[in-house]
Amino acid sequence: MADLKQQIIAQLNLQHITPEQIGNDQPLFVEGLGLDSIDALELIVLLQQQYNIKLNNAEDGPKVFSSVRSMAEYITANKHA
Amino acid sequence: MEENTDRAGWLMLLYKYFEFDYPKFYKMDNLSKLGWLATEVLLRNDFLKTYQPQEIGIVLVNKSSSLDTDIKYYETAKGMASPALFVYTLPNIVMGEISIRHGVKGENTLFVSDCFEIGFMQKYVQNLFETGVVQSCICGWLEFFENKAEAALYLVEKIDQGKSLLFTEENINKIYQLTNG
Repeated sequence: MADLKQQIIAQLNLQHITPEQIGNDQPLFVEGLGLDSIDALELIVLLQQQYNIKLNNAEDGPKVFSSVRSMAEYITANKHA
Repeated sequence: MEENTDRAGWLMLLYKYFEFDYPKFYKMDNLSKLGWLATEVLLRNDFLKTYQPQEIGIVLVNKSSSLDTDIKYYETAKGMASPALFVYTLPNIVMGEISIRHGVKGENTLFVSDCFEIGFMQKYVQNLFETGVVQSCICGWLEFFENKAEAALYLVEKIDQGKSLLFTEENINKIYQLTNG
């Protein structure tokens, strides 16, 4: 998950924080990291660019992007062999 | 600034030098960063505190619009287009960032022109005052393209607060020459 945190920081230009400052279960949006709707789109781009995973169902977004752990679990479950 | 200086890096150095704390800054494009920084310096003494948000306007001019970001976005669009870059492919976004930061809700306009047309700017803003559209206005030249950054912002108020320069073409030109001459 450390790599994923680093990728999130790079993709979203979160230069004011370090990977260590992001908790595995910390909410990514609103009261957590404070990400917004544009950030959500960038996370979708991250999944496609880094892991070749397409988020086919937009309704899955809130659950998939709720935390770093949920993103990591989604990546593990959908990563192509 | 010398031409061989990395202006994007220079903007980041300025942000850290002044010890600003505004995480959104990191996500802005270069034009917005330049405008945000220039406005922070311009308004450091809370000049706007006597005005209602809708009484404050912003009128800016630049030459290259948002071309610096447009080109970067075009490059990403060859592969996977960046949503974060896309939202900055309009030059007036810088005024949105300034408005959010300082609670400005008055009229805002950004003109794209080959040069800083001082006479036009003076008359346009004067008209905003005379028609009661705004009581105070953040104005000036704001340009970022091809690693060249220029910012000459000034605050104009309808009612003289004392120790202010008169709002004349000559004084606007002095400010512009002082900052970019």
